[in-house]
Amino acid sequence: MRVIALLVFASSVFTAAVQAADYVTDVQPVLRRRCSGCHGAAMQNNGFRVDHAASMLKGGYSGKAIEPGKADESLLVKRVTSDKKEFQMPPAGPRLTAAEVEAVKAWIAAGAKVPESLLSQPLPRRQSDHWAFQPLKKPVPPQVAGARSAIDAFVLARLSKEGVAGSPEASKATLLRRVSLDLTGLPPTVDEIREFLADTRPDAYERLVDRLLESPHYGERWARHWLDLAHYADSDGYEKDLTRPHAWRYRDWVIQALNADMPFDRFTVEQLAGDLLPDRSTSTEIATGFLRQVLTNREAGVDREETRFEQLVNRTNTVSTAWLGLTTGCAQCHDHKYDPISQKDYYALLSFFDRSDEQMIDAPVPGQLGPYLAALPEYKAKRAELLKKYEVAPLLAEWEGHMRTAMEKPGSQAEYDFQLTSMKAMVDGAQKILRKTLEQRTERERETIEDYFIRSVGLAPGMDKEKMGRLREARKELAELEKALPRPSQAMVMLWDESAPKTRIRVKGQWNKPGVPVDADVPGVLPSIGSTQATRLELAKWMVRADNPLTPRVIANRIWQEYFGRGLVRTSEDFGKTGDRPTHPELLDWLAAEFRDSGWSMKKLHRTIVTSATYKQSSNARPELRERDPENTLLARQQRLRLAAETIRDTALRVSGLLNSSVGGPSVKPPQPAGVEQLTYANNNKWVASTGPDRYRRGLYIHFQRTAPYPMLMNFDSPDSTVACSRRTRSNTSLQALNLMNDEVFHEAAAALAWRAENEAAAGDRLAYAAKLAWGREATEREKARLAKLMDEMAGEKPLVAVCRALLNTDEFIVRP
Amino acid sequence: MRDLRDFQILRSRRKLLHEMAGGVGALALGDLFARSGYAAGAKRSDPLAPKASHFPGKAKSVIFLFMEGGPSQMDLLDPKPELKKYHGQAAPASITSQLQLAFTKPNAAILASAREFKKYGQSGLEFSDWLPYTAQNADDMCVVRSMYSEAFNHHPAQLMLFTGTQQFGRPTMGAWTIYGLGSESESLPGFVVLSSGVGTSGGATNFSSGFLPSTYQGTQLRSSGDPILYLSNPQGVSGRGQKAVFDAVKDLNQAKLDETGDEEIAARMASYELAYRMQTAGPELTDLSKESPETMEMYGINDEKTKQFGTNCLLARRLVERGVRYIMLMDASWDSHTNLNTKLKENCAKTDRGAGALIKDLKQRGLLDSTLVVWGGEFGRTPVSEIRNTAEADNAGRDHHPMAYSMWLAGGGIKGGQVVGKTDDLGFFITEDKVHVHDLQATMMHCLGFDHTRLTYRFMGRDFRLTDIHGNVVKKMLA
Repeated sequence: MRVIALLVFASSVFTAAVQAADYVTDVQPVLRRRCSGCHGAAMQNNGFRVDHAASMLKGGYSGKAIEPGKADESLLVKRVTSDKKEFQMPPAGPRLTAAEVEAVKAWIAAGAKVPESLLSQPLPRRQSDHWAFQPLKKPVPPQVAGARSAIDAFVLARLSKEGVAGSPEASKATLLRRVSLDLTGLPPTVDEIREFLADTRPDAYERLVDRLLESPHYGERWARHWLDLAHYADSDGYEKDLTRPHAWRYRDWVIQALNADMPFDRFTVEQLAGDLLPDRSTSTEIATGFLRQVLTNREAGVDREETRFEQLVNRTNTVSTAWLGLTTGCAQCHDHKYDPISQKDYYALLSFFDRSDEQMIDAPVPGQLGPYLAALPEYKAKRAELLKKYEVAPLLAEWEGHMRTAMEKPGSQAEYDFQLTSMKAMVDGAQKILRKTLEQRTERERETIEDYFIRSVGLAPGMDKEKMGRLREARKELAELEKALPRPSQAMVMLWDESAPKTRIRVKGQWNKPGVPVDADVPGVLPSIGSTQATRLELAKWMVRADNPLTPRVIANRIWQEYFGRGLVRTSEDFGKTGDRPTHPELLDWLAAEFRDSGWSMKKLHRTIVTSATYKQSSNARPELRERDPENTLLARQQRLRLAAETIRDTALRVSGLLNSSVGGPSVKPPQPAGVEQLTYANNNKWVASTGPDRYRRGLYIHFQRTAPYPMLMNFDSPDSTVACSRRTRSNTSLQALNLMNDEVFHEAAAALAWRAENEAAAGDRLAYAAKLAWGREATEREKARLAKLMDEMAGEKPLVAVCRALLNTDEFIVRP
Repeated sequence: MRDLRDFQILRSRRKLLHEMAGGVGALALGDLFARSGYAAGAKRSDPLAPKASHFPGKAKSVIFLFMEGGPSQMDLLDPKPELKKYHGQAAPASITSQLQLAFTKPNAAILASAREFKKYGQSGLEFSDWLPYTAQNADDMCVVRSMYSEAFNHHPAQLMLFTGTQQFGRPTMGAWTIYGLGSESESLPGFVVLSSGVGTSGGATNFSSGFLPSTYQGTQLRSSGDPILYLSNPQGVSGRGQKAVFDAVKDLNQAKLDETGDEEIAARMASYELAYRMQTAGPELTDLSKESPETMEMYGINDEKTKQFGTNCLLARRLVERGVRYIMLMDASWDSHTNLNTKLKENCAKTDRGAGALIKDLKQRGLLDSTLVVWGGEFGRTPVSEIRNTAEADNAGRDHHPMAYSMWLAGGGIKGGQVVGKTDDLGFFITEDKVHVHDLQATMMHCLGFDHTRLTYRFMGRDFRLTDIHGNVVKKMLA
């Protein structure tokens, strides 16, 4: 008793002694000295700043740091007095002295009063002088003699400043091959070569470009580029890696949108908010498939909230990379170290995607609905009959009862605990549906549960033999019934969910550590979105608003990159401070502004670039510039570029006459060596090779199984479809050589090419003809002689096929000239 | 004339390689320059040319025996006799509240191990009766009983183990290794993957090159069909015919190189030469006919049960002998949620013999000192039981447990005959010398001669490394 009294006495005396603690004289200097390095004007770690009084009282991402009147309960005090190394502040250097701590405590205990003049100080608006964030204005091209276009003027001006001349125009045959591969991903045919070479009109090239831009293959070629950013795939990824049979609907949407030259602003709005448009349609909803390319972890024990959070992060990062060229992903866990993006900015951006739900919608393609509706009544009747016959309803009710108990009282029945966890992973929204009564469920929900129950029969432990047998029979019959029903195609979409709770910052980026709530917003350093109630639709419109300095620059740069092998900004995925600066800033701004101001037409932008003299230059090396400009940043020539994986396949199939050039539709599985798919989880994903014409479709349509992708694609640097890919690498490996030399697909192409040469050319011309088909040009005498030598060496062993194999393996064959 | 041309090409190739390697800087460049025999031609001017490490490392090669799914530590490497005392009792809530559980519920009961542990070697390291062959090498092995990770599900945990983060798109340990060291082999890939069992959760992401050029990705050595994809000639093409086509391709490429001066063509010619050599070296590698009967017996290749994994272990040794830098053996699946006593026994019966033989064989051939062998999974298993069918007598298994688990290492600069780390009496938590997977990665990199904080690659504006922003070398593990 005495001891306690003494303590109380001591502490009250002490409090009295320092009660005079004044913010300005006693506390502010401490905070400034000890905290403001990481929590000041330049840096606000964990969203906390002490340099601005009102912000300081509000706290950081972990919530309030100061509880007026309650010193010991204030996080600030807990942090500076803690013994735990990972918790204490400052994290390094000397601790606060006892006097410093007491000053802070006394000030808080006395109500944490701050003079009104300090409290009302406005928060300094974040600004950046970084080039990419500056408003986009259209520069006037310099006056340069001999410049044929604005692009050329900018490039020539730079070259002349450097005292370097550009390269001459490439040959007509080279230009034809180059622009055909660039615009359609396919080499020209022999007929096209003949026609173009014979066309002596002054605008023959421009006519060619227009024709290629009108080709349906233009959409295929450029869709692949966009799909890299969306990281499209035909399976979920992660362990189970289930197939996504309807994923292709989004791919088709992209191809069609590009072929129709949908303006980029509309292209943006439909993909980011097609479900929110006043004129929404099935097509605009399919467009939101862009947001559905995230991976789904269906490993049975996974926490669905964790998976959902990972998906949100992936969506946020993908959108940031694709439109803004920003590596916002860094701010998932902490304020960006280099760019003015705070962790709060990150979660504000993430919030646009948080208030949405993944959904499947019926999306019949023309011609599907009639047969489906015609077959539906009979299907329904038979289904009801079947369920009745095997008395499924009571079994289902019993099972559902167990499942609900498992939801409410985990641990009470081991068997159903496991079933519930598995079901949650496999059936989206399983618990939500189970909680509804039969009457409350939609028809789709009812069938989903029925189907899951019937199909996972055997997973229900303890069920008696007779009941099990009944379900097994029901399953068989249901499968038969399903086969007979021509279900229409569906599509994976995002739908707005108004009811979703407010997004919270996640402390250190951890899904299960929620911090303070945030409103949906765009990064503060960029033009304001102008609303605190913004939806994905406002975000989409903001992306393409006239004052957004990033989108047009990022998109124009990326298109440029595809034509020259590197962007004007080399780091096309990173326009932030750590990214490269543009080699030709004015040219980039001119292209971007031109793109934005002339109706966002992508075809126009392509045409502007490929008709420039800069694009048409020879790609031959310039020995005198080797040391000075090894990466060709000055654009004194074009660049030979190894073709993309898909284009290599397409080119081989095209020149050999094997290509099935139909556009769109479900993914296909060309033959691949046995066993490739064995790598996937429990050998789950069987690869049944497509037969008939489907074997010969373009690479873009090859089924992409995330855990065991088609090997040829991976050998030639296709991205692995897990995160947005803004530029592919172009590696050069011996596995590529083996692939082209020995893969059945390429051998078949070589044989077909030989067959064409035999059938389409006279005996003496076959070598030259095969070379012309493969390379799109006449072979030189030296080359013809070498091919003839191979013919001789191969006497008795299909010599013409050998010649064609050699042709398809030359560097020239897999390079855009 | 020819020499001068080569010289020019090579001088600019250095720039090109610099670009391809994304600016690995002093490491790759300086070394390419210094490498002997460089002037001999374009043959080895590829990004896989051997490179010097930061400091001389003990290990020249790595063999990672990846037991996919998570082997049960208290049944194999970390004996917990105390579990017997509490067998069948619910674990206290104070413990279970700290666990993340997938299937097991908070009221789950303690599950004792039915295994007998014995001491082996002079060091007296303890091993379960299901690892009799591995145990023979006790004095060369360092058993780490204090491994931990944050990732709780298979695929994320595998990404964590091999890439240092649960996020996708990062390079794996094997890719980092050959990015840093290149490959000694001129006729085989530098990073080779072998698999046995049923396939893994992570699939190709476990040996991906991530954002590094695909030159650095793992190449699968397959157990059926071509040992390497597309390795054998197309059907009906003779060896002579294949050679003739290779020769013609070379000459046609040379003609184009002369015309355009594009150095990338020279690199492609080099790739074709390596491909041609691989076509010979591949079959030679997988042809085991020259191995002695004793060796075949030792690896268990004559026994159907141990044949698959044993063959992969023997191939791993042969790969090391041929200068391959990083070899990954994946065996799946050790994910014993149920029927632990039958499933885990099966896993051990298939793999123990090969793993034991591998260490022994490497040692007797003088290769163990320069080969780092690592064995383990992406996490361990719970001391509590998971039951999915109460009607079945031996249904009990164990759930995922990333908070405390065991792995072992041998050779390549590791100090054998020792245990590192301790767990509590029931095996729930680590009590001494915690070793995060980042620490394991840092230590492995150290054995290879790298300061893990300096082996970096610039991507998306940041210098990335295997250990993310973490990792400490575990000095205790080192010889």
